[in-house]
Amino acid sequence: MADAEIIPLGTRGRPGRGSGSTKPSSAARTLAGPAARGSGRRPPQPPEAPPPAEPGQQDGPEERVDEPGPTPPAAARQPEPAPEPTVQVRERGPEGGIPASEWVRAVASAAAEVFGEDWERRAAELLAFLRRRLSGDYAVDEFGFDPELTQRFLLAAVRPLKEKWFRIEVRGAENIPAEGGALVVSNHSGTVPVDGLMTMVSVHDATGRHLRPLGADLVFRLPVVGELARKAGATLACNEDAQRMLSTGQLVGVWPEGFKGIGKPYSERYKLQRFGRGGFVAAALRTGVPIVPCSVVGAEEIYPLVGNIPALARLLGLPYLPVTPFFPWLGPLGLVPLPSKWLIEFGEPIRTDVFSEGDDGAADDPMLVFNVTDQVRETIQQTLYSLLVQRRSVFG
Amino acid sequence: MTRVVLVTGVSGDLGGQVARRLAADPGTRVVGVDVVPPRGDLGEVSFLRADIRNPVIAKVIAGEGVDTVVHLSVRPPGERGGARPGGSSKEHDVIGSMQLLAACQKAPGLERLVVRSSAAGYGASSRDPAMFTEDQGPKRLPRAGYAKDVLEVEGYVRGFARRRPDVAVTMLRTAEVVGPEVSSTFTDYLRLPVVPTVWGYDARLQLLHERDLLAVLHHATVDGVHGTFNVAGDGVLMLSQALRRLGRAPLPVPVAALGPLAAASRRPLLRRVQRELTGYLVFGRGLDTTRMREVLGFVPAYTTEQAFDDFAAGVRPGPLDPVAALRTPAPGLAGPAVPAVATGADHG
Repeated sequence: MADAEIIPLGTRGRPGRGSGSTKPSSAARTLAGPAARGSGRRPPQPPEAPPPAEPGQQDGPEERVDEPGPTPPAAARQPEPAPEPTVQVRERGPEGGIPASEWVRAVASAAAEVFGEDWERRAAELLAFLRRRLSGDYAVDEFGFDPELTQRFLLAAVRPLKEKWFRIEVRGAENIPAEGGALVVSNHSGTVPVDGLMTMVSVHDATGRHLRPLGADLVFRLPVVGELARKAGATLACNEDAQRMLSTGQLVGVWPEGFKGIGKPYSERYKLQRFGRGGFVAAALRTGVPIVPCSVVGAEEIYPLVGNIPALARLLGLPYLPVTPFFPWLGPLGLVPLPSKWLIEFGEPIRTDVFSEGDDGAADDPMLVFNVTDQVRETIQQTLYSLLVQRRSVFG
Repeated sequence: MTRVVLVTGVSGDLGGQVARRLAADPGTRVVGVDVVPPRGDLGEVSFLRADIRNPVIAKVIAGEGVDTVVHLSVRPPGERGGARPGGSSKEHDVIGSMQLLAACQKAPGLERLVVRSSAAGYGASSRDPAMFTEDQGPKRLPRAGYAKDVLEVEGYVRGFARRRPDVAVTMLRTAEVVGPEVSSTFTDYLRLPVVPTVWGYDARLQLLHERDLLAVLHHATVDGVHGTFNVAGDGVLMLSQALRRLGRAPLPVPVAALGPLAAASRRPLLRRVQRELTGYLVFGRGLDTTRMREVLGFVPAYTTEQAFDDFAAGVRPGPLDPVAALRTPAPGLAGPAVPAVATGADHG
């Protein structure tokens, strides 16, 4: 029995309560938890294997079995594979996660990737922008124009289309006055008024000024489109609004052909339609602002209009329902515009203040209005022809 | 010479305040008329319980020697106070105005008529100009509701002005009125915790502060100019922007679903909104106030933004209030309150 004293507790090597079985007892299994159950069959380690038979030692465990209290589990614990899972869990804490400093570094480098060099300032700007938008802390003008949203979001969203898809080449941007009211008059084409959008982006990128488009009432009747149009600076094409904008020194864009121009068949491409009733000239004459003719080449080819479904268009309250080689046959895919190469040329401004000088009734003189309208129309038509000659190919 | 002012609709909140303010002017006697007794104290105003639809009103005008009539009983829908017993509001507003003007026409001593009209008469449509001037009319004639009443009353007033060219007729087309005290369909709508909006549209709102409304009515009564004037604060707020500032959660609903939603709702407010405000919430409305400044000589103390912020300060916080609180308060937010009081003191 003297030997039994030097044998440490729990090193007997046999799992369980020393019953001679190689399997852990049910109590040990319960303590080990479910994860260890499968490993219960592992044989005990060799150094702790049961010592050679010695009658005196055999009695030892037998006696201890009867001991009450915590001893039996303690004896069972060390040779057990059971505690292993708890050890694993403890290890996962410090080593399984990514340290906070790593996170910070990753975010910083991602921000630098997205925003470039001075990412800190730009990220702060972005946050400030979001804060202003979400709390309603921004200003719109009386037409509902939201300069911040337009500059940071709407124009930025269509800019890739301008630069990568249509590869727009702008000429004569110096003809747009740097300040003061001016009326940009452009041809209209392309089934969907993408040319208006592209002219807006081009003018903004070339001069930093916002082109304020005049739109048909259909634009403002349509949900979402109408909302975005007002926020982007558009207003209804009527004399009151045009004069109000021009007299406050805005750069106003107008497409006098309207639906006749945009919805003309592909066979009539680059043939200017009637220029409305010359209302835009009257507005320019009344406010004495210059008229800048603008010719857009390339927009005719984005959705070649080969047919129309008048009955359905009437039903939907639209001026026409286009049929192109791809729409509606390809479904939404047919909505992708063809990547034609665009040229936008701004012509020399036509001054109207010379007409209204000393003659307040110039705008009410129908002959004068007609002549100026015709002059603008001819200028645009001639520029269109010369641009078409210079263009190498439709998609070039 | 003592001026005698007759104020109709005096039991309404606005009528009572205007009458009290006018009565505070020296040398002015104010007679208030309404079909229901006033709820509050009217001070020096002598109240007369009479129906403007009754010919007795002509006797009042003649008997009291009235030289100025301030017609306020055509109230926007939902405005608090001065209930309209017996028949519809149309009956009271339109027929009552007709009768009142008929009585005025027979009153030789009458010198001035001030009518509170509303910009709701301009309607709201996709063909509207950005800003209405006084010479423009609605692009689509309203078929029912307050806007139609306004147009009819304005028609009677114009007829009266033609028949009595010696009377200076001032017609004030007011924008939607907001302020901490105002209760109307529009302000109650903005006070909803979740605000149904029209999907795909964002209305331009041009607003008038309640104190400016009081001030302009006082101004028009004391030294009014013959003519029709738009009255509104400067500037425009978008509906979405206004709701963000209020911390309200918008609930965009397609315009076609607005009617069924209002019908299914148990709130009568939504039905009123749907009936009266749908067009306004889709397209909004802007008013050209040049004539108000240059001809009428009135300058509102609050811009649209300031009026709205004053209104928003008195509104129970909405569910998105923490987001709205991110806004840096505009400098001089509390500023206009002082000049507004000063304006009142000048007149009073």
